[in-house]
Amino acid sequence: MVLVRKLKPRWLQILTHLAGLLPLVWLLWAYWQGLFIIDPVQEITTRTGKTTLILLILSLACTPISTISGFKQVLRVRRALGLYAFMYASLHFLTFVGLDYGFDLDLIRYDIVDQRYVLVGFAAGLLLLLLAITSTQGWQKRLGKNWKRLHRLVYLASAMAIVHFAWQVKDIREPLRYGAVLALFLILRIPGVRRAASNVRYQLKMSRQSQSEA
Amino acid sequence: MIRINPSEITPEHVYVSRRKFMGGIGALVTSSLVLSACVRQEPSPTPASAEPSPASPVPPSPTTSTDELGDKLTSFQAITNYTNYYEFTTSKEGVARLAQDFKASPWTVEVGGLVHKPKTFDVDDLFKFSQEEHIYRLRCVEAWSMVIPWVGFPLAELLKEVEPMSKAKYVRFETLYDPDQMPGQKSGGYKWPYVEGLRMDEAMHDLPILATGLYGKSLLPQNGAPVRLVVPWKYGFKSIKSIVKIDLVEEMPVSLWMAAAPHEYGFYANVNPDVSHPRWSQATERRIGESKRRKTLLFDGYAEEVAPLYSGMDLRKWY
Repeated sequence: MVLVRKLKPRWLQILTHLAGLLPLVWLLWAYWQGLFIIDPVQEITTRTGKTTLILLILSLACTPISTISGFKQVLRVRRALGLYAFMYASLHFLTFVGLDYGFDLDLIRYDIVDQRYVLVGFAAGLLLLLLAITSTQGWQKRLGKNWKRLHRLVYLASAMAIVHFAWQVKDIREPLRYGAVLALFLILRIPGVRRAASNVRYQLKMSRQSQSEA
Repeated sequence: MIRINPSEITPEHVYVSRRKFMGGIGALVTSSLVLSACVRQEPSPTPASAEPSPASPVPPSPTTSTDELGDKLTSFQAITNYTNYYEFTTSKEGVARLAQDFKASPWTVEVGGLVHKPKTFDVDDLFKFSQEEHIYRLRCVEAWSMVIPWVGFPLAELLKEVEPMSKAKYVRFETLYDPDQMPGQKSGGYKWPYVEGLRMDEAMHDLPILATGLYGKSLLPQNGAPVRLVVPWKYGFKSIKSIVKIDLVEEMPVSLWMAAAPHEYGFYANVNPDVSHPRWSQATERRIGESKRRKTLLFDGYAEEVAPLYSGMDLRKWY
């Protein structure tokens, strides 16, 4: 039993690092192998963008999972998931500026005025940069209570990421699916909902106990 | 990062063995399956070695390797594996696989409405029009583009044969509606069947063609087999695929995209770098197979031929 409890968190950490690194490994490998034959730039942009969103949503899933299931260990991988999300956001940005526009600032300026999705995405990226910089324990101590307040900006950043996605596609059903999952995890944080969810868990636990006693 | 030239594309036997390896780790990334699925059924990567289809009396194609502006033709592989065809799926790389069993024969195109001689054309009738190569740029509203050696004949020739009445002001086109063959039509969100339209003078212009092939071969289902419209100075969605019905009408037809998002997609949809989509810029585009973005040309580079059609019109208002 003790062994299981010790092993579990380690597995979770390994899974987190796999989730954070495998998309990059796969991307590099696929690029190296020439699998992106038709529109590599689009492929890399889309993949880094979606990976950012998935990791952001996973990092936001930790708290609701812990309050509802009582599995507290999941909170220990939140920071890593958030930082991996930032890493993919950076790659996404570099792909846009470097691969897509070849660092041609004139071309970017020419294009950007009419692309509000770019501006929203860029703003979301700046928020993630701020949160990544202040993610260390040093900053946590320095900011005290305000640290938690500051890091609530991740709700805003992730919502902006969904808007960024939805504003640039013809068919918005896919971004809406991502948005729905994100909304679920955000709703589960509302104090009333959270309390109701953990009450249900408590009652289930009680009824299970009384069943086993009977 | 290193960029891959189309000429450096891996030979088939190599990626087939890679495909097997991929299968092992395929669960990691599902989208890789979509890509490899396309590769598996992809016709011939080198058009030169492609067998001419016996069904189509089309000239060997292409006769040149560039368009009139000196832009290189997009590879056959890209043209046939990267298509927007929402009747099958919204994934551009996913269409080819889902469309591979599409029945493009027997097929008829019913031409009617305000005409003196309504007629239903079968594929053989369509091939009676002289099939010629037309190398056209195709600019997608999503800001990517290709150069495609189509095979087909001017739309105007078909219209002349049915003798339009003078009160006909527009041409309305309709795609096949068959959800059993086109799974995308089962999902809601769009008003199927796909409808597009042209103004009469646009339709009678020399440039628009009814295409029956590309790269000297019959059209593949993912490109709109057996017959599709190609209007090179308008965004790609105007070039409706797998046409079953053409009607000459008095009122401006409402296209599927106009119905879906009227403030984003208008009737005209002329390629115009100065008129942005409400949500993104149309000033630049990425040419498939090229690395750097290029500036988009007014009317996709066909301004000389078609600008007179719109003289006096406010292109911002009539987007």
